[in-house]
Amino acid sequence: MKIVVCMKQVPDSETQIKLAPDGGGVDLHDAQFVVNPYDEFALEEALRLKERFGGEVTVVTMGGDKAKEALRTCLAMGADRGVHLNDPAFAGCDSLGTAGVLAAALRKLEYDLILCGKQAIDDDCMHVGPQLAELLDLPQVCVVNKLSVAEDGTSAVAHRQIEGGSEVVSVTFPAVITCQKGLNEPRYPSLKGIMGAKKKPLDEWRAGELGIDPASVGAGAAAVQIRQFFPPPPRSAGRKIEGDPAHAAKELVRLLREEAKVV
Amino acid sequence: MASFKGVDFYNVSDLFSEEELMIRDTVREFVEKEVVPIIDAHAQAQTFPMGLIPKIGELGLFGAHLQGYGCAGLNNVAYGLIMQELERGDSGLRSFCSVQGGLVMYPIHTFGSDEQKERWLPKMTAGEAIGAFGLTEPDFGSNPAGMLTKAVRDRDDYILNGTKMWITNASIADVTLVWARIDEENSYGGFLVEKGTKGFSTPQMKGKWSLRASITSELVLEDVRLPAGARLPKTPGLRGAFMCLNQARYGIAWGAVGAAMSCYETAVNYAKSRIQFDRPIASFQLVQRKLAHMLIEITKAQLVCWRLGRLKDEGKLRHQQISLAKMNNVQMALDIARNARDLLGANGILDEYPVMRHMCNLESVNTYEGTYDMHTLILGQDITGIPAFT
Repeated sequence: MKIVVCMKQVPDSETQIKLAPDGGGVDLHDAQFVVNPYDEFALEEALRLKERFGGEVTVVTMGGDKAKEALRTCLAMGADRGVHLNDPAFAGCDSLGTAGVLAAALRKLEYDLILCGKQAIDDDCMHVGPQLAELLDLPQVCVVNKLSVAEDGTSAVAHRQIEGGSEVVSVTFPAVITCQKGLNEPRYPSLKGIMGAKKKPLDEWRAGELGIDPASVGAGAAAVQIRQFFPPPPRSAGRKIEGDPAHAAKELVRLLREEAKVV
Repeated sequence: MASFKGVDFYNVSDLFSEEELMIRDTVREFVEKEVVPIIDAHAQAQTFPMGLIPKIGELGLFGAHLQGYGCAGLNNVAYGLIMQELERGDSGLRSFCSVQGGLVMYPIHTFGSDEQKERWLPKMTAGEAIGAFGLTEPDFGSNPAGMLTKAVRDRDDYILNGTKMWITNASIADVTLVWARIDEENSYGGFLVEKGTKGFSTPQMKGKWSLRASITSELVLEDVRLPAGARLPKTPGLRGAFMCLNQARYGIAWGAVGAAMSCYETAVNYAKSRIQFDRPIASFQLVQRKLAHMLIEITKAQLVCWRLGRLKDEGKLRHQQISLAKMNNVQMALDIARNARDLLGANGILDEYPVMRHMCNLESVNTYEGTYDMHTLILGQDITGIPAFT
């Protein structure tokens, strides 16, 4: 089974967010970067399917030079090959632009299954997986927390999380599946995996090699323009309701109903 | 609470390769997720977290610096970083790995027969077999050459008699490397004694205030009959045991930095959040002095480790240089642990914080594999050319 995992390098979730002085973006100078946690679920699932069916796991990422570190982490975890979509023209892509670049790469790769994280934890859009499926004209199952692949490896039953329960969907391959927490417990890269990662193929593809006109991607071509970044307003101090418990409870309910209007 | 990010005032990370950093960060994350949440309960109950062994085996941490037999074949700097991160969790955990990799797998790898290597190394790498190392005796600690345990040749076999003490992992070990005097050769040898061998018992030692999340045992050998194939054939007498100890001391030098970083991080966080006299105690000069002192000592020790590791990788390392690092780093870690314990006030004695556990652990670490005083004498002899051991 040939599986492609789409991965994004994102700031560590514990990074202290600092805005750039001009408000035009986030200053990630001091940030630590990691593999997007949801993409780790996708990679782990891919590795388990490879252990079961044999085949090859390729990890594709779009990003600057630094993203290579995240690809190496994926190779250390057990992926066979990395593809780094790295071109200055890609900078500032919106989600559709990103999906377009990934789709161009996927057209050059062989696959039976494409696995993505359900979202990246930095911009939280949840767009790229579904957009990629549309661009490649593939079926998609999103926010999957259980995946049972049939014995012959050509279809699966996927459980996807929906409000208040789960939806069970059957899908034939090739397909795009986006992965949710609970699907699996991602492995640590083993020491041998880390030492072997540098020996595995890691290709770098630029816009030209993907047949992409540089003017058609990146910030200039983005349909979504980010106008401004600003921090949430600081939380105002809490209020303490004094008095005996019975009275305080009454007062709390009154405030929730009349002031906060939540009950 | 935010996860551990390490202490790196001098950007020492820039001195490590991408692989070395990836290894450090992998073990750091493993310790954060798998060790920190459970280690205090094990220390309180005086149990070793056995569930970690297969996971550590899967990561490949056992004997990671050895080549072949399923070992990861890392350089010594990467191995040192692993020890640092493990001891950030607990000295007992690092001890387990030091014994397994440095004191049992290393001598089997270096002095063993092909048969012994094939039999033990793949299993020990995977964590499917546990090793122990028996050198110290009740009356012979710093002076192992005086050991009373004897191996006597009996046709094709050896008969071993004697008692060992302070043996990490022995009660849970599948194989114990026992050092014994061989009078007929006027030398010493290492023997692999398997669990369940007739006449061999391993009563566990109780009542420790230190390394409580680590198993420590005695070894009792009463007419233990071993085939000649149990002896490590290429052991250069007692020097073989010292070569093992140098491996372990090297790992301890790094490990102590991990314990110190844990205490420092705890102290800084506590000082910033603990309010006394309407101010965080971090705003008091006496507290700041303590924290500054800790940071200075950790930074120096990190650089000592880095240089020590590179020297070892270049094959230039002298054992006296390991002595300097072992004694200095453990002493500084113990000092930082005591200061951190003090800085946390009454809270410092609780298992809600790791400092008192580290502090108690480090008393053992300061003692085993050569006390501070013995390493001082090793350096003294190196400086003056005059041995002052006896």
